[in-house]
Amino acid sequence: MHKPPESPQTLSIWRRLTNHTATGFAVVAAVLVIVPLLAIFVDLVMKGASSFNLAFLTQTPKPPGEVGGGMANAIVGTGLILAVASVLGLPLGIGCGIYLAEYGRGRSGDLIRFTADVLNGIPSIVIGMAVYGLIVLRQKHFSAFSGGVALGIMMIPTIARATEEMLLMVPNVVREAALGLGIPKWRTALSITLRTASAGVITGCMLAFARVAGETAPLLFTAFGNQFWNLKLNQPTAALSLQVYTYGLSPYDDWHKQAWTGALILIVMIVGAVAAVRIVTSRGKLKGAS
Amino acid sequence: MGVGIEVRGLNAYYGKHLALKSIDMTVPANHVTAVIGPSGCGKSTFVRCLNRMHETIPEASAEGDVKVGDISVYGEGTDPVEVRRRIGMVFQKPNPFPTMSIYDNVAAGLRLNGFRNRKQMDELVERSLKLSALWDEVKDTLHKKSGASLSGGQQQRLCIARSLAVEPEVLLMDEPASALDPISTSKIEELIFQLKQHYTVVIVTHNMQQAARVAELTGFFLMGSLIEYDKTEKIFTAPADKRTEDYITGRFG
Repeated sequence: MHKPPESPQTLSIWRRLTNHTATGFAVVAAVLVIVPLLAIFVDLVMKGASSFNLAFLTQTPKPPGEVGGGMANAIVGTGLILAVASVLGLPLGIGCGIYLAEYGRGRSGDLIRFTADVLNGIPSIVIGMAVYGLIVLRQKHFSAFSGGVALGIMMIPTIARATEEMLLMVPNVVREAALGLGIPKWRTALSITLRTASAGVITGCMLAFARVAGETAPLLFTAFGNQFWNLKLNQPTAALSLQVYTYGLSPYDDWHKQAWTGALILIVMIVGAVAAVRIVTSRGKLKGAS
Repeated sequence: MGVGIEVRGLNAYYGKHLALKSIDMTVPANHVTAVIGPSGCGKSTFVRCLNRMHETIPEASAEGDVKVGDISVYGEGTDPVEVRRRIGMVFQKPNPFPTMSIYDNVAAGLRLNGFRNRKQMDELVERSLKLSALWDEVKDTLHKKSGASLSGGQQQRLCIARSLAVEPEVLLMDEPASALDPISTSKIEELIFQLKQHYTVVIVTHNMQQAARVAELTGFFLMGSLIEYDKTEKIFTAPADKRTEDYITGRFG
């Protein structure tokens, strides 16, 4: 007969105490993180919901002094700018991440990695100014396109580094299996390694997307803002973040209320987009897939 | 049908370290040939040189004259991707593609090489899974289950099916059963025995009983050199070299 292991009662009080203390710290930390987040959201809903109505989603802003109007043009403008940013930022960011993880072992990889980290730390207003110099000054007018480029540039380093980290977590045996089947290296990187890491890569992309969706500073010199409808890429465009900024600084009480509603809509749009991507990408998940 | 392998003067390096020293070996078609030897003797490096997988490790390189059928593996202008397509490989640790279904795992090699015919693909997947004796266990869940959800032994047979689907001429197996339990191991061994009708099989193994059970020919490697290569029976009953005898009787390694 084997002896049964010592019963839990014999654990010393000291050990149980440290265990509870450690768990307690973790719980407190988690609560401290969640509370401000919830507080912001509740505050937004309370202050923003009162001015929310159908007109807000369908009308353009009214001139100062007139009551009513909405931010429909800014909602569409934000969508337009984010579309340009994603078209630029997603492929370049993911491509850069693939290069770093699968090919960038030498000096060139280190240089790109360093550049990406520096770019990540540059204040967003500086990026807005750079795009102003590169695109707006040359085209001689503000545009949705330049705003999208500014946000797209901000997405690239975040996505690149996240993609690299996720690809490096794919075990090397998976790459070997693909190469051993006579699949070329580029195809292995795209169809096998990236696919295996796709859940993490998508999370990285969503983080980058959500971060730039609320940016205001880089749009000041680029998209500029607009009180009217615009669907052209080469024209100044309204954006929710800009509209919230302008209305928040205005002296009108009605505009203050609308600024809160605009902020609420912006948050809902970001959460909605992230949730939609999650739902679409989790469909067709296989039994037992890791 | 399988093809024979001719190796002449094969040297392999890790950086500057010489890991294989001028190997000469002739592997007959449609036979099972085992490669044995202690850890670090170069046996895995040897099979990885046969399909140019060795050079995928940073700073690793190889040189020499290797003929597999009509391919000159290290010939000028030979595309390593083409070599690997015609020489299949099964690795020590089962490595199915974790996010793919069972079907997609087997079809991956075909699909990613541009094969598009759905009906033919279905047939090839079924044939490969039957050849690797996995068909009956997975035929109902081909598209529903991930390759990673199978047991270790099933995963390894899935990996074998995946290699067979691209219809290679040679199958290299690098300790295919070392991570498996005895029942799965015996299934894999039975399978290897069946496979030699269609393929030339080279198997690296730590397990000498396994070599004795499945292989007609056995080569003994020691410190990067091929010490002795003969009929399996001869190697295990009357080895010509003292070092082979010491190894198989368990005096070292």
